[in-house]
Amino acid sequence: MSTVSVRIPTILRSYTGGEAEVKAEGATLRAVVADLEANYSGISARILDDNGKIRRFVNVYVGDEDVRFAEGLDTPTPEGAQISIIPAVAGG
Amino acid sequence: MAVTPAVDLGPATALTCRECGHTRELGPYYACEECFGPLEISYDFAGVSRADIEAGPRNIWRYRRLLPVPGNVADTPNTEPGLTRLVRADQLAETLGLRRLWVKDDSGNPTHSFKDRVVAVALAAARELGFKVLACPSTGNLANAVAAAAARAGIRSAVFVPSDLERQKILTTAVYGGTFVTVDGNYDDVNRLASEIAGEQDDWAFVNVNVRPYYAEGSKTLGYEIAEQLGWRLPDQIVVPVASGSQLTKIDKAFQELIKLGLVEDKPYRVFGAQAAGCAPVAAAFKQGHDVVRPVKPDTIAKSLAIGNPADGPYVLDVARRTGGAVEDVTDEQVVEGIRLLARTEGIFGETAGGVTVATLRKLAESGVLDPDAETVIINSGDGLKTLDAVAPVVAPTANIAPSLEAFRAAGLA
Repeated sequence: MSTVSVRIPTILRSYTGGEAEVKAEGATLRAVVADLEANYSGISARILDDNGKIRRFVNVYVGDEDVRFAEGLDTPTPEGAQISIIPAVAGG
Repeated sequence: MAVTPAVDLGPATALTCRECGHTRELGPYYACEECFGPLEISYDFAGVSRADIEAGPRNIWRYRRLLPVPGNVADTPNTEPGLTRLVRADQLAETLGLRRLWVKDDSGNPTHSFKDRVVAVALAAARELGFKVLACPSTGNLANAVAAAAARAGIRSAVFVPSDLERQKILTTAVYGGTFVTVDGNYDDVNRLASEIAGEQDDWAFVNVNVRPYYAEGSKTLGYEIAEQLGWRLPDQIVVPVASGSQLTKIDKAFQELIKLGLVEDKPYRVFGAQAAGCAPVAAAFKQGHDVVRPVKPDTIAKSLAIGNPADGPYVLDVARRTGGAVEDVTDEQVVEGIRLLARTEGIFGETAGGVTVATLRKLAESGVLDPDAETVIINSGDGLKTLDAVAPVVAPTANIAPSLEAFRAAGLA
């Protein structure tokens, strides 16, 4: 079990009481999202779709790496990792 | 929720999610609070006619009644982009075996790319929404456009670009002043950083992030202009460069709006996307029959198209498939050849993105995907002077001679 730091985008801060960054526990991204859900009920369904996959328009980074280039929800989240959840609809 | 009466965004009425249809009030929002999908402007169009448009300013504001901008938008300081020339390209057409071809030459905008269009709309909306700073992550052309528009408007700019950008695009941004930051990373890294900064700086309008729904609508003016310049009709085929994919989807949206408003006759048209092989996530998805786009790490000289994680990629696939088009990609070598071909046949010096588009046109023509008898339009989205490095190794003077008639004769130049 590792403790990680998660940056919360503006549109999800209603779930975290306005906090832009929160702590979470978990050795993989999947476990981290489950831990977020335990503390901020409803947040998981915003990040994951009905099939439990990362939504099409959500980008998740562990450190500097887009998890779509890594192992998706199974991407390891080592102790002290910085995780960012970011709307994908940006740029260009 | 009602729109604050003080906010005048013309015919715009609300923001609606393209994915789930969730609707919310106009404001500084870009992602759906339900599903993270992109928000699109909903409109209630009124008073739009060919005569009204033709009597308007000789820039994009002639279409102000079709854009999320205040009615008096033309009266506030802005760069007045648009109404660039549509060039009949007979020699390029003949070279490629096409019957009728046009080049929409958007290098003629104030900072020499189509980005002046989208920034002008974003600036107008940002003012209405109360933002104080005009900002962006950029592959270069947008950096030029934001820095210039902010200078003209008398507000602060904050521009973020990859540090390996072409020197021309660095200098042509820095000259306008403002806060200008080079970031050690590729465009997708810069884009991510901008999204995170946008979450912290409440009064910064990142034109292509938190005011993206308004910004993106500016690309519709390319579609409106092409139709108007063709004498109020649509082309049969159009080839558009794809970076985020926004330009292509908005040209299609413009054509659909013109049809619905009765400003052009309803007819089929095919939309083709052009990418560089070194950054072709949308072309790859198209060819594989996928409806999602797998991000890539870009490696191409076409830096203005080097977006490995394109926000509107899925919608480009939708438009290409719906209209019977395609998304194709070309090598960097073909891109350079495309730049030279356009320059030699039509006297138009396009940037690398223009080279991508011309090379893709050629590939589609040679493979028989394009109908050679159908009227075709291609977009040259920027100016070759910004990407000189692309052609520097392959073009040079014919000769260097002494200033004498003898030297001229001796060099065999007659």
